[in-house]
Amino acid sequence: MSTTVEETHHDTHHDHKPSGIGRWLFTTNHKDIGSMYLWFSFIMFLTGGAMAMVIRAELFQPGLQLVEPHFFNQMTTVHGLIMVFGAVMPAFTGLANWMIPMMIGAPDMALPRMNNWSFWILPFAFIILLGSLFMEGGGPAFGWTFYAPLSTTYSSDSTALFVFSIHIMGISSIMGAINVIVTIMNMRAPGMNYMKMPLFVWTWLITAFLLIAVMPVLAGAVTMVLTDKYFGTSFFDAAGGGDPVMFQHIFWFFGHPEVYIMILPSFGIISAIIPAFTRKRLFGYASMVYATAAIALLSFLVWAHHMFTTGMPVFAELFFMYCTMLIAVPTGVKIFNWVATMWRGSMTFETPMLFALAFVILFTIGGFSGLMLAITPVDFQYHDTYFVVAHFHYVLVTGAIFSIMAASYYWLPKWTGHMYDTTLAKTHFWTSLISVNVLFFPMHFAGLAGMPRRIPDYATQFADINQIASIGGFAFGLSQLIFLWVVIKCVKGGEKAEAKPWDGAEGLEWTVPSPAPYHTFEKPPKVE
Amino acid sequence: MSDQRPDNSILVKRLLLTVAGMFAFGFALVPLYDVFCEVTGFNGRTSNEAAVYQEVEVDESRTVNVQFITRNAKGIPWKFEPSTKQVKIHPGEVKVVNFLASNPTSSNMVAQAIPSVAPAEASLYLNKVECFCFNQQPLAAGADTEMPMQFYLDPDIPDHINTLTLSYTLYDMTANTSAEQMAQLLKTE
Ligand code: HEM
Ligand SMILES: [Cu+2]
Repeated sequence: MSTTVEETHHDTHHDHKPSGIGRWLFTTNHKDIGSMYLWFSFIMFLTGGAMAMVIRAELFQPGLQLVEPHFFNQMTTVHGLIMVFGAVMPAFTGLANWMIPMMIGAPDMALPRMNNWSFWILPFAFIILLGSLFMEGGGPAFGWTFYAPLSTTYSSDSTALFVFSIHIMGISSIMGAINVIVTIMNMRAPGMNYMKMPLFVWTWLITAFLLIAVMPVLAGAVTMVLTDKYFGTSFFDAAGGGDPVMFQHIFWFFGHPEVYIMILPSFGIISAIIPAFTRKRLFGYASMVYATAAIALLSFLVWAHHMFTTGMPVFAELFFMYCTMLIAVPTGVKIFNWVATMWRGSMTFETPMLFALAFVILFTIGGFSGLMLAITPVDFQYHDTYFVVAHFHYVLVTGAIFSIMAASYYWLPKWTGHMYDTTLAKTHFWTSLISVNVLFFPMHFAGLAGMPRRIPDYATQFADINQIASIGGFAFGLSQLIFLWVVIKCVKGGEKAEAKPWDGAEGLEWTVPSPAPYHTFEKPPKVE
Repeated sequence: MSDQRPDNSILVKRLLLTVAGMFAFGFALVPLYDVFCEVTGFNGRTSNEAAVYQEVEVDESRTVNVQFITRNAKGIPWKFEPSTKQVKIHPGEVKVVNFLASNPTSSNMVAQAIPSVAPAEASLYLNKVECFCFNQQPLAAGADTEMPMQFYLDPDIPDHINTLTLSYTLYDMTANTSAEQMAQLLKTE
């Protein structure tokens, strides 16, 4: 695969980058769109992070100090929505845009114009959502899960804005998912058959199917909330013959697959990074593919583990308990394979690897607390306490977000053509690693001792735990500014990166020069 | 670009169809949920229609404790309570329990009572021959009323159910009722 062919080869269509703002507004180039997704995601990460700082500041001491309870509720709600739909999901879509065409030897995404749309509607969705915070009566304050009747009978007048913003986010991710599926199914280079695809491509393919299956259900749920609130329907209103518990069923039918949407691409990233810095092939490639598919299928059968306390019959409680525990099996297969890959490998500890290792350990802790929550009788005590908060932050922050950071450090040289400042990057890793555990680990104990989640005040015996968590929170927030610094510095300059800066790395993306030229693989590469 | 690549539009159409299908499925969950609950009794709802009393043998050997709870939803100031908190009956035996309601406000109001049974599976065996909850209840300002509920338990009720609780939550439906409807309702009362 000669790369010089790439550079001298001029197609009939434009090969130069348009300049100015127009380049970004009208671009259909997967790399441009990928970069925009990633920057957007980072801005959202800081915005949602600022809200988390408000939450941790209020919880620094018992009692009400800084904000009104109603505003506190808006912060927990919008923090959750922004992190899920604004930070984690767009980051993965950005990585998919950048990497999938290069990994499968395609010149671009299959549907480049739609790609432009799916990105550019996103900022509007979040402007609407954030704008609703400034309306009279405030923005959404019912939790990211918007349970009825909190989101119908008791919500503020701005709820319609919340609904529309979710609609737009949903349309954006559905378009993104369609694009990924069509790209992977139709644009692979000759010889790149399914079982040769990198795992990041595989996990994203499965994620895209999950998105297509459940985002429309979320759209339906918010639509029902809209008509219940403004048009007099009674989907969730018992007085009119509806049922608020049904809301939870519909929401979690979307919600549980959604949590896997936020972790499957991580599995793909980690499966690329660990072999690269272990200098061994990934252990059990095929089992990784099957495990991912198994997790995705099972994720449709476990939604009610979020609803153990709603008064389900024992039979249903048992069914959902066992199905939930079953998911730990394919997840365990993955963890085993990563560890087996490292076994007797020649490991080195560059920043992407450090994040990947932290992912394996800390995500496993999150999986274990998930298993504890899956035990129905035990969940009666843990439900809606800080134990749940600890669980999902371990899987989402030290899971999904750490994998996104690992991916950024892994591919930054390819994106920018420069090596990043490794000292700064390692500082970012170690400060994040320590602070994130100071932030979230104590929450397990607060939860076990009965501290409820989503409440701005708490009993005084929880004061110490919360103070520690808040300090960890501030430190974690500040650490992310180091990340911003590293990235900006790396974009601006630095040691020139080679086409393949990591000697153990594998995949087509490393056969093109760094930075990756604006157009790659216009002539499909040969895959042996 | 190579031209042997498959046609994208077929795949895109299929995927869009799936999206539309899943959106419809989200709404289809609503009737599915109702049917599922009705068949399994999972959420403790009782039927909205009167059961026709069928001559069944009264099972004198068993006694089941049936308890009554009432609750007002937010914002309805009525007094609403059962005339008796619990009755002991044999499966198959028909019983009438009265519920008392009064409207202490100075305006005419309409309410709807929504039943729920615990344990949920017992809802399949509680048959209401007559119930005020089948219809909305109008009450003129300051008026009160006695509302009957006639029921029997299916003799097939599982042995492990010795106590069941029937709870009514009362919702204010005045805002959803027009002036004419209100007049009509109060006249038929
Ligand atoms: C072994 C795997 C897992 C198991 C057994 C598990 C189990 C559970 C259970 C039982 C709950 C409900 C707790 C309650 O509300 O009482 C829960 C909540 C949650 N889980 Fe997991 N989980 C697992 C993995 C994950 C992963 C991978 C993610 C996301 C990347 C995730 C994200 C969440 C979130 C966001 C919630 C809280 C939702 C909310 O109420 O706001 N979980 N988990
Ligand atoms: Cu779940």
